[in-house]
Order: sequence, then structure tokens, then C-alpha cells
Amino acid sequence: MLKFTAEHEWLKLEDGIATVGITQHAADQLGDLVFVELPEIGAELTKDGNAATVESVKAASDVYAPLDGEVTEVNQAIVDDPSLVNSDPQGAAWFFKLKLKNAADADSLMDEAAYKDLIA
Amino acid sequence: MDDHTVLKTTPLHALHLSLGAKMVPFAGYDMPVQYPLGVMKEHLHTRASAGLFDVSHMGQVIVKAKSGAYADAALALEKLVPVDILGLKEGRQRYGFFTDANGCILDDLMITNRGDHLLVVVNAACKDADLAHMKANLEGCDVTLLDDCALLALQGPRAEEVLAELWPDVTDMKFMDVCDALLHDVPCIVSRSGYSGEDGFEISVPADKAEQVARALLEDPHCEAIGLGARDSLRLEAGLCLYGNDIDTTTSPIEASLEWALQKARKAGGDREGGFPGAARILGELANGTTRRRVGLKPEGKAPVRSHAKLYADAEGKSELGEVTSGTFGPTVEGPVAMGYLPVSHAAAGTQVFAEVRGKYLPMTVAALPFITPTYKR
Repeated sequence: MLKFTAEHEWLKLEDGIATVGITQHAADQLGDLVFVELPEIGAELTKDGNAATVESVKAASDVYAPLDGEVTEVNQAIVDDPSLVNSDPQGAAWFFKLKLKNAADADSLMDEAAYKDLIA
Repeated sequence: MDDHTVLKTTPLHALHLSLGAKMVPFAGYDMPVQYPLGVMKEHLHTRASAGLFDVSHMGQVIVKAKSGAYADAALALEKLVPVDILGLKEGRQRYGFFTDANGCILDDLMITNRGDHLLVVVNAACKDADLAHMKANLEGCDVTLLDDCALLALQGPRAEEVLAELWPDVTDMKFMDVCDALLHDVPCIVSRSGYSGEDGFEISVPADKAEQVARALLEDPHCEAIGLGARDSLRLEAGLCLYGNDIDTTTSPIEASLEWALQKARKAGGDREGGFPGAARILGELANGTTRRRVGLKPEGKAPVRSHAKLYADAEGKSELGEVTSGTFGPTVEGPVAMGYLPVSHAAAGTQVFAEVRGKYLPMTVAALPFITPTYKR
């Protein structure tokens, strides 16, 4: 199941684990990324708290935790090559995996149709 | 600036929109920050080929003595800048800055000897204040803003080749030369200068012909439109100051490592020693040194260190030294680059300092400026 936040993150939900990344729209708005900082594995994230940082040539931007949970995996590939976030933000350039505190919390997030309305 | 302020536009505004630029407010103008190519590719394209920038938001000002004599205009302006204007040859320009009574910098500018008058180019954000400053203090001179002229910058190793398509005589110009030119029959003023560290030109064009000239330059397959985003990363790699970031009314020219801009005639023992605002401090610092200096800073890791990041002597953030004034990712350097102010005790190239970024203390090394090798045609 795919969900979205108003902060332009996507979540792919499988068995209480959310794979999180930023949307194509967000990647387009940020422009060429040159630096990505990801959370530590094991970090406990709080919904709307800072989870990661991305930087373009021009500016740094925060990536927020979409829900409460624990980081179980991070994608080193985007740290090594931040441009992957621009080329494949909703595929290979996922940011981190989050073991959700309450899997049901995801129900409150937007589905793809609602997100498309938001950015339209 | 609040959202309700009506932004001014340049004569190339429609061209930017037609090229798909992303527009942002800058110094009261609606300006292109990037085009569809993106900041990274625009930067690299300028260093490899040729880039065209709209810098029409900057102020182009004519200073002419009522006597009609260049020397009278030059001597009047010398009362506001610590630069040798009288000794500037016709058709040549040089860099300078307006100083205040504290010996700090009100704005930086380019000054050209145009034969019977001076042409000065000032920053957009300071334009109104600079005009008022000149009108109030340039005795016996008429000060006129050229508000019916656009200003284009054409920068990069192929800039000469691109401009030669419109005006073959360009090849005779050297760095900091300025002359009149007919670009496809449009009367322009061309200077061989810029703000990228590359060879290039700035072209003053009548507003009603600006789009025509810009489109003619962009017809060359080597020439791409470049936005303010890449303009900033290009100038930072080239070690050039941005007024409001790296220099302002809290920095003296000597602190800013700009002493190269003061010629012999205005220094101690020169023909026209001092005689500009803040001369006592500036000439004193030239003789005795200053407590801090603007330096290049190279972050050792991959994270960009932005302006206002605090600098420390130690990795625990105990001993504060100064702060970063400009910082970004340098596409040509392929890593982060920055400038900032450090006490002279920590200003030597190779010195390690630490910048506070998101609660961490990141190591940086003081580096010689510029970060790239300029290709000015001397």
C-alpha cells in the first residue's frame, strides 16, 4: 500500500514496515541534490520530527518522519550518490525503513489520488 | 520582503518565462534562479562553454562632471572610494567599493573611464542607497541611473566565440577593457569582465533591444541561459565576494582581504593618499594588519557548510572563532566550498577549524582562494 504526506514523502507499507522516500514532486522542487544525511539505524523517530537532511547546491532541506517508529534500514546508495534521488525518487532512491509504532497510524495519511490533488 | 510587495521585472522577464525559468524574488526583482537545465548543469556548462545571465537588476550609473572633464568626475568619486580613479585609462575599468566613516563597505562596484564620464555598476540591493550617496556627495557632478538599459553577462571559455558571431572585434579586448560595440546594429557597451572566474563579458543593451540581443546570443548552440543559482556557485568557487554576505558595513576592505583593490596613489605615501571615508582605519590596517581576515574554507566532508555557520577552533564548540559568510556545493570542485572570517591566528592556509552544522562540528581547512583557476584573458 502506498501512502503520502503533505510534506511530500511517500511510504510503501508492508507488514508494519514503511519504506520512506520523497516524492517526484519534492525532488523536482529541490533540484540537483548534492548531499544526503540519513538517520542512524535504531533511531526512534517521532512523527513530524527531523528524520533526514537533503541539500541542493542552493539550500538544505529537512525530511520529516511521516509517523512514529524505529529506523531498521537506511539506503547508503543515496548517500554515496545523491543524484539518485533526482533520477529515481520513488524507486531506487528510498531513504529509510521505519518499523511503525502503530501500523494503523498510516490509515490517516493520503492515498495517491489525494496527494495528486494536493500538488495539482 | 513580504509577499505583497510588487516585484520589479527586467527587460528580459518575458524571455525568462518563455525559457521555462523558475523565478524567485531577488533584491526586489522577479529573477530566474534556474532554467530547466538546473543549477548543477548550468554551472558546469558555464565553465565548459558559455552561459548568458540577466544581471539587469544591477544599477548602471553615469557620473559626469558639470565641467565635462573626466578628471573632475574621477576626483569627486575618489572621495567615496579608496581606488585610483584618476589614473584609470580611458576604456578601462576596475573594481572598488564605497566605504563608510568606520572604514567598512557600503557596496562594491565596477568603475569605468568612459572618456568624458564614469560608468559605475552597483549591486541591485544597494542601488537606491548608492544613488542617494553619490547624488549627495559627488560635488559638481550629474549622477544618472541608466534605467532604460539591460545588462547581460556572457561568461565562459566560449564567450568570446559566441559574442564574435554578433561582433567580430571582440577578440581585440582584454580583461577589464570596456568599449562601444554594435551587436547586430544594436549600440551596446561591452566590458571584458564578470563574476564567474571565467573569461567573459558584460553587455549593456538598450532595454527595448535586450531580448533581441539575448536571443541572438542564445541561438549559438554553445550558449545556455544561466540563473542566479549557478551565478552564486560560480562566484564562490572563484573566491569573489557577495555584498551582504561576505562584505557589508561590519567588514573593512582589509579584513575582507580586498587590499589588492587599493592602488598605490591612494595608499600611504601615494599622490592622493587617503581622502576617502574611513581612510584612517583602512590605511592603518594596511600598515599594521587587522585582527581577522576573510579566507577560503574547504569542508573536509561532503556536507555543504552554509552562511552563518559558526566556526570553532575545536571539535567540541568551546572556542568560537568566527562564522561562514558564504557556503555551497561547488559543482566544478565536486565538493563543498565556503568563505568566512577567522582571526589571523587561524587564517593561514592549511589551518583546521570546525563548523557547527545541525549540532555537529565538521572539520574544515583554510584554503587559498579561488577554488578554481580563473581564465581571465589578460
